[in-house]
Amino acid sequence: MDTPKAPLLEVENLQVHFETDDGLVKAVDGISYSVERGQTFGIVGESGSGKSVSSLTVMGLTRSRNARISGSVRFDGKDLLGASEEDMRQVRGNDIAMIFQDPLSSLHPFYKVGKQIAEAVRSHRDVSKAQAWDRAVEMLGLVGIPEPRRRADSYPHEFSGGMRQRAMIAMALANDPKLLIADEPTTALDVTVQAQILELIEHLQDEFDTAVVVITHDLGVVAEMADDIAVMYAGRIVEKADTNTIFAAPEHPYTWGLLSSIPRLDSPRDEDLVPIAGRPPSLITLPSGCSFHPRCPYVREAHKRIDPKLEPVPGHPDHEVACLLPPETRRRLWAELQRGVKPDAARQGVMREEEAA
Amino acid sequence: MSTGTGASDLLQAEDSGIDELVAGEGPVAARSPLQLFWRRFRKDKVALAAGTFIVLLVLVAIFAPLIRKVFDIPNPNDGNTAALDDFGLPSGPSSQHWFGVDDLGRDIFSRVLDGARVSLLVAFVGTGLSVLIGVTMGMIAGFYRGWVDTIIARLVDVLLAFPVLLLGLGLASACSTKDGCLGGALEPGLKVVITIIVIANWPYVARIIRGQVLSLREKEFVEASKSLGASNSRIIFREILPNLVAPIIVYATLFIPANILLEASLSFLGVGVQPPQASWGQMLSDASTIFQSAWWYMVFPGLALLFTVLAFNLVGDGMQDALNPKSSRSR
Amino acid sequence: MAAYIARRLVWVVFLLFAITLITFILFSVLPAGDPAVARAGRQPSPELIESIRHQFGLDKPKPVQFINYIGDILPFVGHNGVYFGFSYTNNAEVLPQILDRLPTTIFLTAGAVVLWLAIGIPIGVISAVKTGSWLDRLSMGVALIFISAPVYFLGLVALYLFDDKIGKFPVLPGNSAYGQAHSFPEKAEALIMPWCVLAASFAAIYARFLRGNLIDTLQEDYIRTARAKGLSERRVVFRHGVRAAITPIVTLLGLDIGILLGGAILTETVFNIPGIGRYAYNAINVSDLPVIQGTVLFGAFFIVMMSLIVDILYAFIDPRVRY
Repeated sequence: MDTPKAPLLEVENLQVHFETDDGLVKAVDGISYSVERGQTFGIVGESGSGKSVSSLTVMGLTRSRNARISGSVRFDGKDLLGASEEDMRQVRGNDIAMIFQDPLSSLHPFYKVGKQIAEAVRSHRDVSKAQAWDRAVEMLGLVGIPEPRRRADSYPHEFSGGMRQRAMIAMALANDPKLLIADEPTTALDVTVQAQILELIEHLQDEFDTAVVVITHDLGVVAEMADDIAVMYAGRIVEKADTNTIFAAPEHPYTWGLLSSIPRLDSPRDEDLVPIAGRPPSLITLPSGCSFHPRCPYVREAHKRIDPKLEPVPGHPDHEVACLLPPETRRRLWAELQRGVKPDAARQGVMREEEAA
Repeated sequence: MSTGTGASDLLQAEDSGIDELVAGEGPVAARSPLQLFWRRFRKDKVALAAGTFIVLLVLVAIFAPLIRKVFDIPNPNDGNTAALDDFGLPSGPSSQHWFGVDDLGRDIFSRVLDGARVSLLVAFVGTGLSVLIGVTMGMIAGFYRGWVDTIIARLVDVLLAFPVLLLGLGLASACSTKDGCLGGALEPGLKVVITIIVIANWPYVARIIRGQVLSLREKEFVEASKSLGASNSRIIFREILPNLVAPIIVYATLFIPANILLEASLSFLGVGVQPPQASWGQMLSDASTIFQSAWWYMVFPGLALLFTVLAFNLVGDGMQDALNPKSSRSR
Repeated sequence: MAAYIARRLVWVVFLLFAITLITFILFSVLPAGDPAVARAGRQPSPELIESIRHQFGLDKPKPVQFINYIGDILPFVGHNGVYFGFSYTNNAEVLPQILDRLPTTIFLTAGAVVLWLAIGIPIGVISAVKTGSWLDRLSMGVALIFISAPVYFLGLVALYLFDDKIGKFPVLPGNSAYGQAHSFPEKAEALIMPWCVLAASFAAIYARFLRGNLIDTLQEDYIRTARAKGLSERRVVFRHGVRAAITPIVTLLGLDIGILLGGAILTETVFNIPGIGRYAYNAINVSDLPVIQGTVLFGAFFIVMMSLIVDILYAFIDPRVRY
């Protein structure tokens, strides 16, 4: 008999609020997701959506005097939120590793790259300095840095942007973690280098069977890499599904907006990009009802009062969405949008249809 | 564990500052930088208290003659030999002489009031002048660049490498001979002290302002102005100068306490304000010979210096906090 | 690295020249009085004045005097070694008198430096790590008070309280004790109060400065990375945080040492310590310009030298600076 294995990472109703002089900042307001071993999970959202804070919280890096954290985070069966600081320290860089957006500012400018990687190794493994150094060189080679032994002796500012990010990846994977969290790993890099880095992550993931969480604002980044995607807005997950579904049959207006605002090679040249109107909301005073309603082209009166819950789409239990529009309406709207109709026109078209029905 | 990474990361991730976050629904309520600054400064009770102290001190210094009249306090240079005891030693605090008398029988409270005038005058005038000169030089250097910039920048570097107290001492003592210096134009006393303060301070201001101007002139609003055909002076006064007001105020408040101490040190060494004009530093110097028996002579001028400088430091800190809440200062 | 040092050296030479020029202007051009008259003493005869004028080369035009002056202070060019001038009142050459007093000033400086680093740095680190705690508020408050009080006031208060002859709680040797001390321990004891007084203001400055720097540094991305790697908090704070935050302190320290070696004039005056500062103070009182000029030049040279040393040191600490 085969009992299904528990997910590697299980986040349940995670809430992270910060008390500040100006009010309570609800950075993360009740999100749940899970990541299986060896899988890739994408979290997509704008700045301020809470995507980074949620992952930092998984690592225990948001604990502070003014932070109010609740919910549950289980990693490999272990509770992380309630774990002691020493327990968390042993998890970080060892079972779960994280890489960040700007590799230049994320590496210490005064220490050689090899030393920083060796440091990561020695804080979790009982090895000699020489052995740790060898491991550092080995990792640098693995991430595709030429002449790794010489490079380990260099300082971060002597590397190019792409090589620095590779070095960060080397450092993160040095202790063979089960989960790698990549927070905007390519945002600070040139476009050509971006593809290389993503490829590298995928390759290493295959080789070491590491689970990966990719956090980004760019749907294009997760299109190829992720198995499942969660779309975050204003501290909540508004849509969650496997990658194919997100791109083929998304159901949340915000996701539609994200998809439409990506410039595509195959769209007509003189076609306008359709940005999402408005700005991200304040996390202290969130809009009433549905958080997205001020920017949603299909908003109705009720949406200003009722807060949508994340619920499965009828017939697709693994596809969840938090939207008050009836599923049929959403499907019709998406059909219109796919044909190239602009949101306003789509809304008018579908509403007319509904009144007629 | 004081990481604080979460909230600050979040707030820094947004390009908008926290004031825009607060706005929430509806159009963003516009608050001018001045209003924001004042709102934050008001919350800082310690800085407010210090600011009140300074205001009171300034008032007291201005109305010193009136105060003397009202409370029947002797003039600062009136020696009252009756207050000296049989051995010629001064008497301590009493109802007639609140702070006691010095070895010449002069009322110390009165002299402290006088000293306040000197310290405040020197600090404000000296700092004001050095800020004026520094801002001008910094603007010219940063805006026009070229060889003007090179000359000014090198001059600033040399002056900054020169030790301040030594320079001041040198200048003050060179001018302290009975003939004065510059052909007698500069005599020892207040003028020399202010000159020293100006010479010592303006390079700092100039360097900072030059840096700010260099980065400001690359900003888009200056380019926009230029493309609309604005003249150089218009750009300087309308676009760049308003953005410099904040750092100017902050550095001015930082320099004032240092200059108060500089004047006091020069007077302590005998090359600042000359007797019979009272100065807190000079009173301390006088006190150093008789303080064991006349502690009041040392304590009151010293405390006056301490509290005044402390007050300015607190206000300066408060202003820095109010202008840049994410910075690392006191709280 | 070599190019960096070479550039710094060129700048230092230029700086020393500029300082010499400024000092010369300050003391030979600015004063309205006639130096020959000042040197000649009381009621000199015109012939005496003239002969002095000739002897010291004061009858030559100013630019020539300046060149002579440069020649005097350079070690191998001048007529008889390095010559800093001749005192009006002490009937001796200035430089030997300065060098005579140098050990005393070095002793005073060294003790104070050790003390203020030992106090200031730990307080700065602790305050930064425990921002907002009562310890932080208390130490920053106390630091602010010590920064705001002039060092001579602190010195007078210290003497008033602790001088073993006249103080309220006589425990320490006070005023003039150093001049009377002979053995090394006696001298050290005599310097305890001056060390404390001098160190107090500096410790306060350094604690505040380090606290500010460290708080800023701990917000940096590489600190977040260090924590994410699972390093112990102690390692993060010291190996990553303090290591980065301490660099400006090194620069400041060099500068402060340079200034103090030129003569801690205020402290030496209050405590009657026969160092370079006191020497300058005495000269100021009697307007002995050559002595003042000599000490100013000496002090300025020290500061420039220390700046150079610190700049070179900086390149060792911060690898980004080397190119």
